[in-house]
Amino acid sequence: MQNFAQEMQAAFALVLAGDSELLGIVGLSLRVSLFAVLCAALIGMPLGAALAVGRFPGRRAMVVLVNALMGLPPVVVGLIVYLMLSRSGPLGVLQLLYTPTAMIIAQVVLVTPIIAALTRQVVEMLDAEYAEQMRSLGLSRLATVPVLLWDGRVALLTALLAGFGRAIAEVGAVIIVGGNINHVTRVMTTAIALETSKGNLALALALGAVLIGIAVAVNALVSLLGARSRAEALAHA
Amino acid sequence: MRDLVEESGLVIETQGLRISRRGQSLLDVPNLRLGGPGPTVILGPNGAGKSLLLRCLHGLIQADAGTVRQNGRALDAEERASQAMVFQRPVMLRRSVAGNLDFVLRRRGLNRAQRQARIAALLAEGGLPSRARQGARSLSVGEAQRLAILRALATEPEVLFLDEPTSALDPGATQAVESLVLRASARGVRIVMVTHDIGQARRLAADVVVMMGGQVVEHGPAAQVLDDPASGAVRRFLAGELIF
Amino acid sequence: MIGSVFRASALALGLMAGTLAQAGEFIVVQSTTSTQNSGLLDHILPAFEAETGIEVRVVAVGTGQAIKNAANGDGDVLLVHARAAEEKFVAEGWGVERLDVMYNDFVLVGPASDPAGVRGGSDIVAALSAIAEVEAPFASRGDDSGTHKAELRHWQSSGIDVSAASGGWYRETGSGMGATLNLAAGMGAYALTDRATWIAFANKGDLVIAVEGDARLFNQYGVILVNPEKHPGVKAEAGQRFVDWLTGADGQAAISGYTLDGQQLFFPNAK
Repeated sequence: MQNFAQEMQAAFALVLAGDSELLGIVGLSLRVSLFAVLCAALIGMPLGAALAVGRFPGRRAMVVLVNALMGLPPVVVGLIVYLMLSRSGPLGVLQLLYTPTAMIIAQVVLVTPIIAALTRQVVEMLDAEYAEQMRSLGLSRLATVPVLLWDGRVALLTALLAGFGRAIAEVGAVIIVGGNINHVTRVMTTAIALETSKGNLALALALGAVLIGIAVAVNALVSLLGARSRAEALAHA
Repeated sequence: MRDLVEESGLVIETQGLRISRRGQSLLDVPNLRLGGPGPTVILGPNGAGKSLLLRCLHGLIQADAGTVRQNGRALDAEERASQAMVFQRPVMLRRSVAGNLDFVLRRRGLNRAQRQARIAALLAEGGLPSRARQGARSLSVGEAQRLAILRALATEPEVLFLDEPTSALDPGATQAVESLVLRASARGVRIVMVTHDIGQARRLAADVVVMMGGQVVEHGPAAQVLDDPASGAVRRFLAGELIF
Repeated sequence: MIGSVFRASALALGLMAGTLAQAGEFIVVQSTTSTQNSGLLDHILPAFEAETGIEVRVVAVGTGQAIKNAANGDGDVLLVHARAAEEKFVAEGWGVERLDVMYNDFVLVGPASDPAGVRGGSDIVAALSAIAEVEAPFASRGDDSGTHKAELRHWQSSGIDVSAASGGWYRETGSGMGATLNLAAGMGAYALTDRATWIAFANKGDLVIAVEGDARLFNQYGVILVNPEKHPGVKAEAGQRFVDWLTGADGQAAISGYTLDGQQLFFPNAK
């Protein structure tokens, strides 16, 4: 049996010592997933809001579809993105396969439905309460959307965090389209997969603990930011 | 129905207003004319169509047939901008108390200094200055309803519709809302308020509209309608008897 | 709040730009997990990169997937260990030429308790027959990798139809060598592995080598430049330099120089 305590200690020592290899992996994980969530929010939030307040044919079907896509298997997404970005695929000329950009694309595909579906839910519930009042105040349906998004900001922040959690913890898609290339596309989850396959279970577990630590830190940061924004909103109103 | 009330500047009238669902008539108000200085109180039992009528007058609901006119003009965006409405359950934006007022003032294009001055004045008017920075959703129901009225008044409306604003309030909170409404009326805001509280009608109304089954059954000066109603059904309703 | 969102976005964009601006020339090598998990590539590639300035990006997957990826043009060089599949790859025009690089050997590992009584033997076919006889658990890669192909050849030689036992004593993991060894260690199963991965593997549990030294367990690695005529995106020149280096004196010396726990893991044999 391996000495787990010792291995964990060694792994955390690497983090604390600012080991450049490990920091590079952590940094890439954060960059890829944060940027993916940002892109997914730019797509998913308007989409979710449109599904919540819009009245167009096919809306119900789209709601069902987006809800279902929340459960997309990462491996399938990875495979589809791989086939698109492969040099023999339709987007092969872009030469994006095995780059961080490919990983971002895969994560955007994974995360967008989550953000869109949760946004729809938040906006729809708020809209049920706000719609008449907004109409009374002379706001068009379109003009209501930013109000709903802003007033739903706390719940939407949670939606973003759910998306981020999915992105940073995901391995199936990024290992296919990123290739787990050292110093180029190796992120926390693929590094964990690699260490596991080498039989370095304790090191893999320690990396997992670091990943959880990052997730906790990001959540704490966002909740701190949220609290500050509420305080600001009150102060400047 | 004869108009027994002295005409003031603002006139709201319906022409052939009708709403029905599944063959059942919900609202049939062919020629209501609100021309007095008000306040007008719309009275009637539950399901009489009071709230529906109010929403038609405010342009929130498009009737199946007929029109609403304000000063002879159809309800367009401009006319609607001169109206405001307070709902039975106050809608509190997820902002501070001051932020709820600021939302409306910002839309009116006031600069920061103007907005702050207006917010201070409105909060003083509603007795809420100490609540300015508090989250609006943490107010009591009575305070929230006062804030909703202040927010409606922040749009500088000529007409203020209120849909049973005190139905969930205790007597003290009701009294605070009523005095706020009466002061607005005194400043020249035309008040049209729905209630099923006959006592409230006595306290506030200049003229009273009584509705039953989607129709206006009586409209006249408060004293006349409340003390000497023409129809037997209204008399029984005012006497507190169950109708239907 | 809006301000901070903007700042965060700008920061993210800046970081992205940094990531996307890839410095210098690089090639993608589609390779097998054994060359990466054993630590060989980490050991030899810095020398090549220092000498040529060409960065080598390794995608380590099973041989079957590596060959498919390369056939799709998603790599410049293929470094795998399944001779028949490699020759087919070249014959179909996907590769330019197949060259021997190095070899090591496969070993059969199993639990120290040795339920099939095969420990210490050197006949792989006899050992597999014995395992099938007592239906001792066996963990197979089941992923069309080089090791999997080799394993299936030996089953065929022993005349045993393992597909009938699939899900019973014969367990196909459909995963890499490491994952399969983790499973074997966990359930006390026999497994066929390349020696390099075995030596480098850190979670052996009570697994030990049961059978080794059979000439049929020879494990040859080959290198192929992906055909630029099939895939114009292939970096033929840089890829060829890597192939030349790997099969040349410097690369061969680097391969034999890699040891773990005092044992040499791969033996260069380029001609």
